[in-house]
Amino acid sequence: MSTTRLAVEVDKLSRRFGDFAAVQEVSFYIPEGEIFGLLGPNGAGKTTTIRMLCGLMKPSGGRATVLGMDVMRQAEGIKKRIGYMSQAFSLYDDLTVVGNLAFYAAVYSVPRRERQARLEELVQVTNLTGLEHRLVRHLSGAMRQRLALACALVHRPDMIFLDEPTAGVDPLARRAFWDLIYSMAGQGVSVLATTHYMDEAEYCNTVGMMYAGRMVAVASPAALRARLPGVLYQLDVRPIERAQEVLEGSPGVLDTSIHGALLHVVLAEAAVEGELQPRLEAAGLEVGRIESTEPSLEDVFISLVEDRERHPAASSILAPPVED
Amino acid sequence: MDRLWTIMRKEFEHIRRDPRTMALIVVLPALLLVLLGYGISGESSDISLVVADLSRSSASRELIQRFTAGRDFRFSYEVQSEDELLRLMDQDHGKAGILIPADFGRKLSTGESTAIQLYVNGSADPTLVQTTELKLSAIAQMAAQEVLVERVTLGGMSGGLSLPFETYVRMLYNPESDSKRYMIPGLIPIILQVQALMLTALAIVKEREHGTMEQLIVTPIKSWELMGGKILPYLLVSLVNTLILLVMGDLMFGVDITGSFWELFGLSAVFIVGSLGMGVLISNISQSQMQALYLTVFVVIIPAIILSGLMFPRDNMPAFSYWFSELMPVTHYLEITRGIMLKGVNARSLWPSIWPLVVLSVGYFVASVLAFRKRI
Repeated sequence: MSTTRLAVEVDKLSRRFGDFAAVQEVSFYIPEGEIFGLLGPNGAGKTTTIRMLCGLMKPSGGRATVLGMDVMRQAEGIKKRIGYMSQAFSLYDDLTVVGNLAFYAAVYSVPRRERQARLEELVQVTNLTGLEHRLVRHLSGAMRQRLALACALVHRPDMIFLDEPTAGVDPLARRAFWDLIYSMAGQGVSVLATTHYMDEAEYCNTVGMMYAGRMVAVASPAALRARLPGVLYQLDVRPIERAQEVLEGSPGVLDTSIHGALLHVVLAEAAVEGELQPRLEAAGLEVGRIESTEPSLEDVFISLVEDRERHPAASSILAPPVED
Repeated sequence: MDRLWTIMRKEFEHIRRDPRTMALIVVLPALLLVLLGYGISGESSDISLVVADLSRSSASRELIQRFTAGRDFRFSYEVQSEDELLRLMDQDHGKAGILIPADFGRKLSTGESTAIQLYVNGSADPTLVQTTELKLSAIAQMAAQEVLVERVTLGGMSGGLSLPFETYVRMLYNPESDSKRYMIPGLIPIILQVQALMLTALAIVKEREHGTMEQLIVTPIKSWELMGGKILPYLLVSLVNTLILLVMGDLMFGVDITGSFWELFGLSAVFIVGSLGMGVLISNISQSQMQALYLTVFVVIIPAIILSGLMFPRDNMPAFSYWFSELMPVTHYLEITRGIMLKGVNARSLWPSIWPLVVLSVGYFVASVLAFRKRI
């Protein structure tokens, strides 16, 4: 731990908007070259956190450093060495693809003689070849997202902040985008990305789960899954709402939640599984299959949030960051 | 009906949720009426009068008394020569002038014929110029007749019935009282002012609304680079506008530049920088494009038209409106365009207008840089 250098170190960072605490005492750190995923529903405080780290907003409390520089006092120094992709698409749609790239290259003072080569490289890396002279307003959502990433990378930043980089993009394009981010990290670039797609968190070295302004858990995706108490089963049962009512709170059942057409049930131990079918059929329900499954991060998140709502005073069981 | 009501309620809700815009909508028009209502007065009383009394006799003093006794003229300056008198008119310190020759008192007492010279500053608003001319000659005529009546009562008809002194009126700057010669140098500043604001008032707030500003302020760009970059392209555009306006004034309206073209052009550039800076300043302090438009129209454009001296003389304005107009670069630029285009005066005589213009232009540009916050 002492040998790894930290790209980001956040200690009890807070931000209030009047009476509303958007971010409350959030702490985490990101080792250099790692991908950190900030996960949580809309309004959890992810964007506010990222904006404070990029120097776009002043924190109301706590402290944070990015690349060793303090966000309160050295915001302009930080800006030179980071790339940022904001949540709302924010490039000039009346400029062409290279027009936008060249603009940001100049704003970031990329040396003039390197610019052409850098632009060509970025166009290639982000798979925008052939679209160089197209107006941005004529690009698809996925293309715009890749261009925004290219603009954020134009000055070879040591760290990139991506706020909901894949919002509104189809699953295939999302995968391609994450592959790109992965290769960036492979080159030593540290990454902080926010998302509300739980499956995207699987790409991250470490995941921070935020809920209502607080960090409810920080750990690797595997560690988070392992911490979910009990064993998880998914049930194909109809009607699903009635099944949840029957099982919720019944002996040996720790938790239930609906995932699409399936009911997820967390059992204290695997032995309880045999009792599920009889209980449901006794209630007059039609049971399809029952199978054991790996918990997804969504299950972990729901369990954490419910836990927090049951014991609002206690800090989360999973709150302290794992050292691994 | 129900839907109409729903839409109306929603619109009111928008206004209510945005208190700053609501304040602008409610307060600005009322404020404008106060500012302009007191500022405008069509009355032409207290016309500033420059007096060159070379005679220094009781007769000349009595004559001057006749001009300043009523509310029509205000004794503003006393000078010792025609040159001085003309210089004061160049600098627009006088709207009217009177020159009494050194031998006036002596000739009047010996019954010799003499004359006084009256001056009308033709660079003012045409109605004011006309009134000034009428009042000047009427008072002079009345004075001459009274002297004649006195003389006849005292000494009979021996001296004849000719008036004891002649009056000559000289119209300065705009001898034909051509309203175009007066209006064109006034309209050019207003047009350039509107142009400059329209180009820049939305510049920053638009980028904020579109979200492109967020991407821009996370870069190492400096405030002055951003503001300068927003202003300079439009400076170029506005200078082209200035050229076109000057050429059109000459070709279409026959209003040529009596003074130096380069002085006028250079000072125009100073004015444009200030106006663009004003626009960017408005853009920086506005939270939405709507607020920016409100501030532009109500705080700058309408006062520029009414208070700058384009339509109404500023001499009669109450202190509040007067000082407000002093803070507008267009007020000073207007003095300059009239000075150079109409009167043909040089930069030296225009100094009282040039330094406030420079100070204001630099001030608004610096304020636009300082008002910019590199935060969301």
